[in-house]
Amino acid sequence: MNKQLLIALSLLFFAVLYFGGRLMYQSSNHDVSSDKQSALVRPHAFMLGNPDAKTTIVEFFDPACETCKSFYPFVKNILKQHPDQLKLVLRYAPFHTDSYYVVAMIEAARLQNKYLEALEVIYQYQDKWASHTGAPNIGLIWSFLPEAGIDVEKLKNDMKKPEIDAIIKKDIADTKTLGVKATPEFFVNAKPLVKFGKKELQALIDSEL
Amino acid sequence: MNHIQNSSQRAWLVLFLAWIVTMISTLGSLFFSEIMLFPPCVLCWYQRICMYPLTLIFIVGIFSNDRTVFRYALPLVAVGLFFALYHNLLYYGIVPETLAPCTQGVSCTSDYIHWFGFITIQGLSLFAFSLLAVLLSIFKKVSR
Repeated sequence: MNKQLLIALSLLFFAVLYFGGRLMYQSSNHDVSSDKQSALVRPHAFMLGNPDAKTTIVEFFDPACETCKSFYPFVKNILKQHPDQLKLVLRYAPFHTDSYYVVAMIEAARLQNKYLEALEVIYQYQDKWASHTGAPNIGLIWSFLPEAGIDVEKLKNDMKKPEIDAIIKKDIADTKTLGVKATPEFFVNAKPLVKFGKKELQALIDSEL
Repeated sequence: MNHIQNSSQRAWLVLFLAWIVTMISTLGSLFFSEIMLFPPCVLCWYQRICMYPLTLIFIVGIFSNDRTVFRYALPLVAVGLFFALYHNLLYYGIVPETLAPCTQGVSCTSDYIHWFGFITIQGLSLFAFSLLAVLLSIFKKVSR
């Protein structure tokens, strides 16, 4: 066989392999299988919107993640546009160093009915405490929390509660079950966001409304 | 005469194999990022920068019977091998991660694939660059 023919045939072979693979991958079903769907929504998870809504958005987030911060107002706005049809379930994926403790702060703030207030103030000062040049300085967060009207002394005590530890451990276990590897990860009615992006998330939600 | 023909044929075969390795690596990495939508981290990009041009350099070498292809391919393979090695040391925690810049929240140590418990993307990259280094050294020998 001469060189040209061999190279041409190899190229053809690679093209068939690549585009055939693409077709197979994209047409396969990526929905969360029914045996794993219980890992999406847990009774302990914080929920926003209409509890009886038929469309459920599940978001796994990390308070130190910049993309999560930028998606937060976006998702909240979608929720505002469809207050009756949507609910948002917030789950933790504390992948960054020390995010575990930040998540525990948010859970402890929930005991003071300040869940969203805590989350928002933590996001607001994210560039201060979670700078990307070094390890996060979560100690800084104590000074921001009173802005949200949070009793820091009570919060510090509540953070030690075993229930909070159990909730976070459960969420981490669920990220493994569901194969959540990056944050934020969204599931709309158990359908994962296959191509990541705000436009894509909007389209996925619209298709499920 | 026969000897010369034999050695050039062997050199050709080695180049062809090297080209196949670069094609599989290139298309494989594109499949991960463009179709499975795994965002590539910074270190993955450095390795891609070294791998992708090799597909064209080897093709030119194959068609022009050019022994000097060794000289053009070697720096790319060496730099790629360096980053692949570093990436793997980082992944296994031998080098601390804070040294690596990671943008857009894509960590250089995140695990996108974990086949059979030990095959990772950075592992595949190290394997490919090592294979290319071996093939290039064989090529250097047989093309003399």
